[in-house]
Amino acid sequence: MFGFSLRPRKAASANTAKERLQILLAHERSGSGGARPDCLPQLQREILDVIRRHMQIGDEAIDIRMERGDELSSLEINIEFPGKLGVN
Amino acid sequence: MSKDLTLEEPLGKVIVVTSGKGGVGKTTTSAAVGAELARRGHKTVVIDFDVGLRNLDMIMGCERRVVFDFINVIQGDAKLKQALIRDRRLENLAVLPTSQTRDKDALTKAGVEKVLDELRKEFDYIICDSPAGIERGAQMAMHFADEAIVVTNPEVSSVRDSDRVLGLLNSITDRAGKTGAEPVKAQVLITRHDKSRVDSGEMMTVEDVLEVLAVPLLGIIPESKAVLRASNLGVPVVLDDPSAAAAAYEDAVGRLIGEQIEMRIAADPRRGLLQRLFRRAV
Repeated sequence: MFGFSLRPRKAASANTAKERLQILLAHERSGSGGARPDCLPQLQREILDVIRRHMQIGDEAIDIRMERGDELSSLEINIEFPGKLGVN
Repeated sequence: MSKDLTLEEPLGKVIVVTSGKGGVGKTTTSAAVGAELARRGHKTVVIDFDVGLRNLDMIMGCERRVVFDFINVIQGDAKLKQALIRDRRLENLAVLPTSQTRDKDALTKAGVEKVLDELRKEFDYIICDSPAGIERGAQMAMHFADEAIVVTNPEVSSVRDSDRVLGLLNSITDRAGKTGAEPVKAQVLITRHDKSRVDSGEMMTVEDVLEVLAVPLLGIIPESKAVLRASNLGVPVVLDDPSAAAAAYEDAVGRLIGEQIEMRIAADPRRGLLQRLFRRAV
């Protein structure tokens, strides 16, 4: 009614803290969701290798972004090509 | 900092946030100082030096976006540009997270220097968030610093550890070892200051702490509920709702970049009876 309650209400920021920890630790413990420690440098190398079989690109042409979520994580891979496509 | 295209841009300044003792507010301070510098228009990056115990990412709220880290860059597994996480709130702010799986031996002096040299070209300020202690990680965080923020609680063990750290800044850093170089400019930031306990004689005063440490004072951050709230939310305290702690960090950053700001001891207003009855979630 007036926001008055006899029960101690849990502060909103504490819930956020718990949720953030649960999501992060679930990823860290399981290593699932594409987050196995140190698999990403290898993934990056392998992607570059595969692309280089077909095109000429530099080491810095690849950009990997990740967003770990509760239900779903996403991996965004951007590869920049030189102005003219360096097709072999 | 003016950007004159005809002149070579000045290199960024490296500032270490250190303390010796753990739990005094180094990461809170690194996040707040970094965010405030960025908000004032300075290109700023905050680096986590606490290898194996990554936490800056949580305090800055970018923990779900870490892909590569500082150690990957040092070891050549990723380019610096790929490891930097751009803040979504402030375009001038970036975070360089550390590794959660390696140990401190992965931090080599040459590797750290190379990364810092590269960052100096792109950023105006490079904030190094030191781990607790005085071992390798802490030494690497301070080694290439131009300035130091020594975070100190008005409490005996914290002040003693700060004194030890001030000694290291004057002896083992790059600037200390170079003849003719200015020493690292160290300033104390007193955190978790509780005015009511100081007034009742339970807590050392700011003057007491400064008398012991004998270095300039950068600011006084009051004990504030806003700090835990900001940590819960993953928001640097200066970017969250206004609070005494945020105002104190804003003043401290003003002084850090050379503004003359009078020292004041702020405190959050006490809640009135009505507010306590109609308790607002914080």
